[in-house]
Amino acid sequence: MVLKVFFPSCCSSADSGILIGRWISEQNSAVILAVVHFPFIPVQVKQYLGEVQRVTKVSVSVLGSWSNSKQEKEESLSEFLEDLGTIFCHEPWIQISKEGDSKFWSCSTLQKHSKSPQEEEIILVYYDQRKVMLSHLHPPLDTAGQRAEDASKLSAIFDTVARSQILFMTDRYDEGPIKLTHWQSDGVEASIIVELMKQASVPACVLLTFLLSLLSGICRSRMLKFWPLSFLWSKLSTCEQLGHRLQHLQVISSNKKAQNQNQLMRKANIFVSLLIDVALGILLMSWLYRKNRIGHLADTLIPVADHVAEELQDLLQWLMGAPAGLKMNRALDQVLGRFFLYHIHLWISYIHLLSPFIEMILWYVGLSACLGLTVALCILSDIIALLTFHIYCFYVYGARLYCLKIYGLSSLWRLFRGKKWNVLRQRVDSCSYDLDQLFIGTLLFTILLFLLPTTALYYLVFTLLRLLVVIVQGLIHLLVDLIDSLPLYSLILRLCRSYRLAAGVKFRVLEQQDGKPLRLLMQINPLSYGGVVQTYRLPTYSCYPKDSWASLCKKLFLGELIYPWKHKGEKQN
Amino acid sequence: MAEERRFRSASGVPIALRRRQHSASCRELAVRGPRLQLRSLSAATSAVWLAAYGLFALSENSMVLSAAIFVTLIGLIIYLHFVKIDQESLLVIGSLGIQVTSSYASGKESTTFIEMGQVKDVVINEAIHMQKVIYYLCILLQDPEDPQGVSEVVPLFQSSKPRLDCLIEVYKSCQEILEQRKTAPQSS
Repeated sequence: MVLKVFFPSCCSSADSGILIGRWISEQNSAVILAVVHFPFIPVQVKQYLGEVQRVTKVSVSVLGSWSNSKQEKEESLSEFLEDLGTIFCHEPWIQISKEGDSKFWSCSTLQKHSKSPQEEEIILVYYDQRKVMLSHLHPPLDTAGQRAEDASKLSAIFDTVARSQILFMTDRYDEGPIKLTHWQSDGVEASIIVELMKQASVPACVLLTFLLSLLSGICRSRMLKFWPLSFLWSKLSTCEQLGHRLQHLQVISSNKKAQNQNQLMRKANIFVSLLIDVALGILLMSWLYRKNRIGHLADTLIPVADHVAEELQDLLQWLMGAPAGLKMNRALDQVLGRFFLYHIHLWISYIHLLSPFIEMILWYVGLSACLGLTVALCILSDIIALLTFHIYCFYVYGARLYCLKIYGLSSLWRLFRGKKWNVLRQRVDSCSYDLDQLFIGTLLFTILLFLLPTTALYYLVFTLLRLLVVIVQGLIHLLVDLIDSLPLYSLILRLCRSYRLAAGVKFRVLEQQDGKPLRLLMQINPLSYGGVVQTYRLPTYSCYPKDSWASLCKKLFLGELIYPWKHKGEKQN
Repeated sequence: MAEERRFRSASGVPIALRRRQHSASCRELAVRGPRLQLRSLSAATSAVWLAAYGLFALSENSMVLSAAIFVTLIGLIIYLHFVKIDQESLLVIGSLGIQVTSSYASGKESTTFIEMGQVKDVVINEAIHMQKVIYYLCILLQDPEDPQGVSEVVPLFQSSKPRLDCLIEVYKSCQEILEQRKTAPQSS
């Protein structure tokens, strides 16, 4: 069997001593964590290892000996090191020795209880201890969770190094009985900024939690739950977005420490996303309020609404004439056209009524852009929805009329053929009608059939307009979702500290020499950017249209109302 | 020790297979495709610029020229960094795993390491590609639930597409190392 020794590259220049680490017998591999230098008392070493084992739950033990002789190979030292094998009795006892500055070390094992003395091949794998300790191994994205435990042998190695953090806390300036060499033995790393932020974050979290509980208490108060207001809140996407952000703030400001990597990344992602959102929002606000751009915007709003209304009126006049050369039924045409024209007239008068207040409303509403760019975009989407409310109304009228006509036609067509829809059996059955029923039915059928093109044309035109508005709103919401769900902290981490997010490892073959063990360098293979986004995406509140294209077309044909963008909280109809 | 032999790819392009034995249980097999030729690069660039100059002569808009330069640069960078694969190599380390590396013309290397416990076997498969039948080498991954099943097939040397003679050499080298894990005493 091949013996694999994982040796930390920081210990390559350490003085002679004994190797401590973890022996993984199922994989026949030894993960070396540190080197204990002479002089030491074996009892104290065993005690220390016992304590480390108790705290970290990693079975750390003495695995072998390491001799780094700067001069010629000393015979007495090698015998002494072999004798150590009897004191610490580990099976197999690994002996690594390095001569001078040579890159090629000799590695041998002592098997006391082996049945047959076999020359097993040894592979020496160097690894960067600090990077492996900080890195988080991600399982492949398409596997289910249950195969995570036994699939990856490498995860055992990553796990061992990550959990032995307490072993790396003693450096060579500590006055303990044990002198270790590992990646931090030259001095424990710490950062003042991180420590200061940790101290400052506790009172900040408490304050934030208190403010948030006040805010959510107000939001949940009975005053805001009356029917017109609650209906309004559920329809405005700004309120949804604000609620979503409030939830995010609650997640960040909670006092519990993150239990595992996923929760920590989630908190960090939410924090960075909020920060960037607010920064972009403030930038937008400063741009809008400079040179009174928002005043100009408010001034152009009414003329734009007027212009849209005029275009609609022209469209209706065109429909009332002979649109695209088609001949409409004059009477129905005039009725529908006049009805919609009156509707537009009402809408325009309403807008003109509001016009003196528009600038002030817009000024104050624009201030809320400081809550974030997403909120500003949601407000834009809501303004578009409010301004095109008449298009929505026309669409609903046209769709209902058309739907009624289609159902009427299909039912009368069945009567024409002598059949009937059996509600009990949910199928079409033959039925014998009386003569007068047949007469009236056929008359009505003819009337509806010949009026169909007119209604269908109005329905088509208003559906297209409505779809246009829906597409514009949908694009804005897509942008908001993108900003909401993009895991910015993970992406920045992948860019700057790519070893923290590992998809796997890669091996590089170093220079070899005959007779010496195979030397490999184990490096961390970082997760791809697509993998990072997929793993750490933040969940959002909107769900994309569940209707396939076929069902959408069917609904359009039958005249059923379509609501392509549904939010998760709304009831499905 | 390293040795290099010349073969042909499925489309007739000359490729080179380099075999290195690092130790008794570690072998590296690298297939190198032809490098980017200067004449094809200059032909593509001149074609784009001639077309841009023709458009400029028609439309008198100098933006066309700067757009052509921009497009050429961006296209070249994308081609070198994401499309042109110079070398594909396979590193088989008995008892650790199999590592598949693709090196792009810009120097980027994309690596995947598959642990030995997941590798069921390395086989040569046939595939119908357009009007031809081509052979390709692939790694079969073990299905953890079903010991006889295959959960995934990882094809190798997809961009250089060596022919059967080259694939047989690679296959033999891999199988020699994979057999070692069967003869060695299995640990639980």
